[in-house]
Amino acid sequence: MSRELTAASLDRRNVLKASLLAGGGLALDVLIPFPVSALETAQEREHAAAQLSAFVSIAPDGTVTIMSKNPEIGQGIKTSLPMIVADELDCDWSQVRIAQADLDQKRYGEQYAGGSTATPRDWLPMRQTGAAARAMLVQAAALKWRVDPSELTTAKGRIYHAASARSVGYGDVASAAAAVAPPDLSAVPLKRPEQFTLIGRPMVGIDSARIVKGEPIFGVDMRLPGMLYAVYEVSPAHGGRLVKADVEAAKRAPGVQHVVPIVGNGDADSGLADGVAIVATNWWLADEARAKLRIDWDLSAAKGHSSSVYRAKADAAIAAGAGTDLRLDGDPAAALASAARRIAARYDYPFIAHAPMEPQNCTARYADGKLEIWAPSQTPQRGLDQLHKVFGIAPEAVTLHLRRAGGGFGRRLMNDYMVQVVAIAKALPGVPIQLMWSRPDDMRRDYYRPGGWHSFEAGIGAHGELIAFTDHFVTFGDGKTPARAAGFNVAMPPAGLIEHLRYSQSMMPTVVTTGALRAPGSNALCFASQSFLDEVALAAGTDLPRLMLTMLGERREIAPPGGGVPFDTGRARDVIEKVVATSAWTHKPAQSLRGKGFAFYFSHRGYFAEVVEASAAGGKVTVHKVWVAGDIGSQIINPMGAENQVRGAVIDGLAQALAGQAIEFVDGVAQQSNFHDFQLARIPATPEIEIAWVRPDKPPTGLGEPALPPVIPALTNALCAATGTRIRSLPVRLASA
Amino acid sequence: MQYRLDINGAIREVDAPPEMPLLWVLRGELGLLGTKYGCGVGLCGACTVHVDGAAQRSCQLPVGRVGHAKIHTIEHIGATAAGERLQQAWLKIDVMQCGYCQAGQIMSACALLGRTAQPSEAEINAAMAGNLCRCGCYNRIRSAIRIAAGLEEEGGHVA
Repeated sequence: MSRELTAASLDRRNVLKASLLAGGGLALDVLIPFPVSALETAQEREHAAAQLSAFVSIAPDGTVTIMSKNPEIGQGIKTSLPMIVADELDCDWSQVRIAQADLDQKRYGEQYAGGSTATPRDWLPMRQTGAAARAMLVQAAALKWRVDPSELTTAKGRIYHAASARSVGYGDVASAAAAVAPPDLSAVPLKRPEQFTLIGRPMVGIDSARIVKGEPIFGVDMRLPGMLYAVYEVSPAHGGRLVKADVEAAKRAPGVQHVVPIVGNGDADSGLADGVAIVATNWWLADEARAKLRIDWDLSAAKGHSSSVYRAKADAAIAAGAGTDLRLDGDPAAALASAARRIAARYDYPFIAHAPMEPQNCTARYADGKLEIWAPSQTPQRGLDQLHKVFGIAPEAVTLHLRRAGGGFGRRLMNDYMVQVVAIAKALPGVPIQLMWSRPDDMRRDYYRPGGWHSFEAGIGAHGELIAFTDHFVTFGDGKTPARAAGFNVAMPPAGLIEHLRYSQSMMPTVVTTGALRAPGSNALCFASQSFLDEVALAAGTDLPRLMLTMLGERREIAPPGGGVPFDTGRARDVIEKVVATSAWTHKPAQSLRGKGFAFYFSHRGYFAEVVEASAAGGKVTVHKVWVAGDIGSQIINPMGAENQVRGAVIDGLAQALAGQAIEFVDGVAQQSNFHDFQLARIPATPEIEIAWVRPDKPPTGLGEPALPPVIPALTNALCAATGTRIRSLPVRLASA
Repeated sequence: MQYRLDINGAIREVDAPPEMPLLWVLRGELGLLGTKYGCGVGLCGACTVHVDGAAQRSCQLPVGRVGHAKIHTIEHIGATAAGERLQQAWLKIDVMQCGYCQAGQIMSACALLGRTAQPSEAEINAAMAGNLCRCGCYNRIRSAIRIAAGLEEEGGHVA
C-alpha cells in the first residue's frame, strides 16, 4: 500500500468530536489527515477540533447529511466520498443528503481536486468516520435498551436487537448518541469488503438530476443582487506589458458601468496580468465593448517565443549532446557499443490547451474589508493563499464557496481568474462581480501542457533483449528548474527494469505559461516512451506486451529514486495479461490498413494497459475499438462514475492525437482561439470502449488521470501496425493516400 | 429595444440591443441559466435551444430576429414527453461527468427525437455532432438517446 497512508500516520492527527445537532440529532465531526504545515501548533489543533462543523450529521427524522469537502469538477467525488461514509455508517443511500462544504481546511482537511489523490487519501478516514458514527448510534441504542452493543446489528439506517425483536431508526437515537464518547478512530471496527452495501454499486451522481433540468449549479450560474459582469482584456502575447490604454470609448459603450485598468505584478503565475477590466450589466455587452479599447502593449519580451524557434532550439539541443543527466544506471554507452543492434528515434509533442467547456470564471464581492468568493477552482486553498500574497488579504477575511466546475482537467489548479476578479471587486467595493473569460481568452491564456522533444536510443542484445536505453529530453525551463509540468519522470519505464539506462535533459526558456493537464507528465512521456519501445520490440522480433512482460520479470516492488509511490511489477503484469486476453491481442494486422496497438503505463497509482484497433484509409483514421485493463486497487467505489472516467480519458487521449490538437505560438501569441482550430472529440468518431478491472487486495486509488496516457501510444502503435508508418510526432498527421 | 419573447410558453419582456444573442438575453436578462455559453460562435452546442421545435445555437441568434418564434429551453424540456424520457434516460445511465454541456446535448437529442422517433446510430451521430462534450460522455449519450427512443432496454455502457 501507499506508505503515506499507514494507520500509524493517521491516528496521530485524527480527531473526532460529537455534538447535539441543532433541533436534535447527532453531529459528528472528524478532522482528517492534514498537511503537517496546516496545523502547526497544539493550540491550533485544539482550536480546530473545537470549531468543527458537522461533517456527518443525523437528524431525528433519520436524514443523514454528509459534507462533500472537495471541489467537484466532473470526477464524481461529491458522490463517491459520501458513498464511503454512508456504507460504513450502514445507512440507506436514500436517507443521505450531500452538502458542498465551503473552503475550510482546518475543518475538513485537504480540499482539492488534482493528481487523482482524493480516493487514496480519503478512503480510510471516510470509512472510519462512517464507522465511528455507526458505533456511537449503536452505543446509544444499547444504553437505551440496557443490552451489550455486541448484541446489536445494523442495516439501512436501523439498529436491531434480534434477541428481543426490537429495532430503532438511527434518527431516534441520534440525539442520545451525541452524548456518547466518540470511539478511537483508528480502532473503530470497519466492514469486511463483502459487507459493503454501497461501495462497488453503480450510483447516479448526486447532482445529475439537477443537471438534466438545467438548474444553476455551475460557477457561471452564480447570481447575486446587483451583480455586474466583467471581462478582462490582457496582452495578446504572453509576457506583454501595458504601456497606455485609452478606455474612453469603451466607457461609453452600451451597458458598460465601469472600466478598470489593472496594473499587473509581473508574476504570470499569480494571474495578475496587466490589463483592463470592463464591467457591464450583461456579459455580452462587456465583451462587445472590448473592441472599443485602444491599448498599446509592449510585446518585446515575447519576441522570438515562437513554435518554429522552439523547434529549432530543440534540434540544436539534441545535436549538441545529451544535456544534463537526470538518471544514470550502469554504463549505457558501453552497453550500446556492445549491442547487436542499435535503434534511435526522435519524438515530439506540442503545447495543448485544457479547454474545459465552462470557461474560467469567478464571482466575488468585496465590502467592508470582507471578501466573499464563489469559485469553480480545483485548488481553492491555493487561491486563498494567492490572494494573501498578491493583495495582502487576510485569509480570515475571506469566505470561499466552492461551485461545481464545468470540467477541470488541471486548468483550475491555477487560480488566475480568482485573483483577477478580486482585483476588480476591490476596485468596486460593494458591487458583486462575475468575471468570465470568453472562449478565445480561455484558449490563449491557458497554463498549457508544454510541448517536448525526446531523442531515444536503445541497444538490443544478441537474444533480442533490451540491454540499454537512453532518452535525452528537451523541455522548457530556466536552466535549473523545468517550467511547471515540464519535468521528466526518472521512474519512467524501462527505468528500473534494465541495467544500463540514461535519462538526461536540456531546457530552453519560455514566456508561455505552462501547467498540469490530466495525467501531467505522463500524458506526453507515455506517448514518446511506449511508442519508441514498440519500435524496439518490433526490431527485436517480438511485440510490446511481450517485451514489457519480459522486462517486468518477477513480481516485486520497485521504489523510485528519491522516494514516492513504488511500482509493482506484478500489478503491471496482470493488467498487461488481462488486456492481451480481452483484446485477443496480436500485432499482426488482421487486414490491410487495419491494426492493433498496445501500450502500458503506471501513473497516479493506477496501472493501465490498453489496446486500440484502428484503420487508416485515404489519410483518414478510424478507431474501431479500445480495450482497457485497469488496476486501481481492490474496490471500484462507484462503477457508474469510474467507467465514465475511463471512457472520458480514452476519448480525451484519442482527440489529443487525432483531432489535430496543438497550440502554436508566434512571438508569444497563441495562434488558436476556439473550437474550429483547436478541436475536441465529437460523437461520430467515438469508438466502442471495453473496460476490464483487475482488483488486487490493495487500497483503492484515483481514476481521474491514469487511464489516459496509454491510449495515445496504443493508437499510434496501431497506426504503425496498420500502415507501416511510425508516428513520432503529435498530433497525428497522416499523408493522404 | 423592447422585445416580447415567447419563452417556455410565457411572454417575457426584455429591453436589449437587437444584436444581443438570445443566449445572453436568457442568461443575463431573464435568469434562465440552464443554457450555457461555451464558444460564442456556434461550434460547441452548449447553448442549444429550440426555436419553433428546431435545435438552434442561441449564441448565433440575435434577439432582434426572434420575432414571434416559440423558444424552449432546458428548463422547460421536462414538460414535453420526449424531453422527460430523455431526462430519465440520462439519469438511468448517468450520462454526465462535469455536466456543463448536457443541457445542450439534451436539447439537440430532443429535437432529433421530434423529427425521428427511432433514430439510427448514423442519425444520432449526425444530429449530435455539433454538441461537444469535453469529458467524453459520448458512448452514454448515444445509449441514452436509444433508451429514450425505446431502442435499448439498459444502457450498454454502464457497469
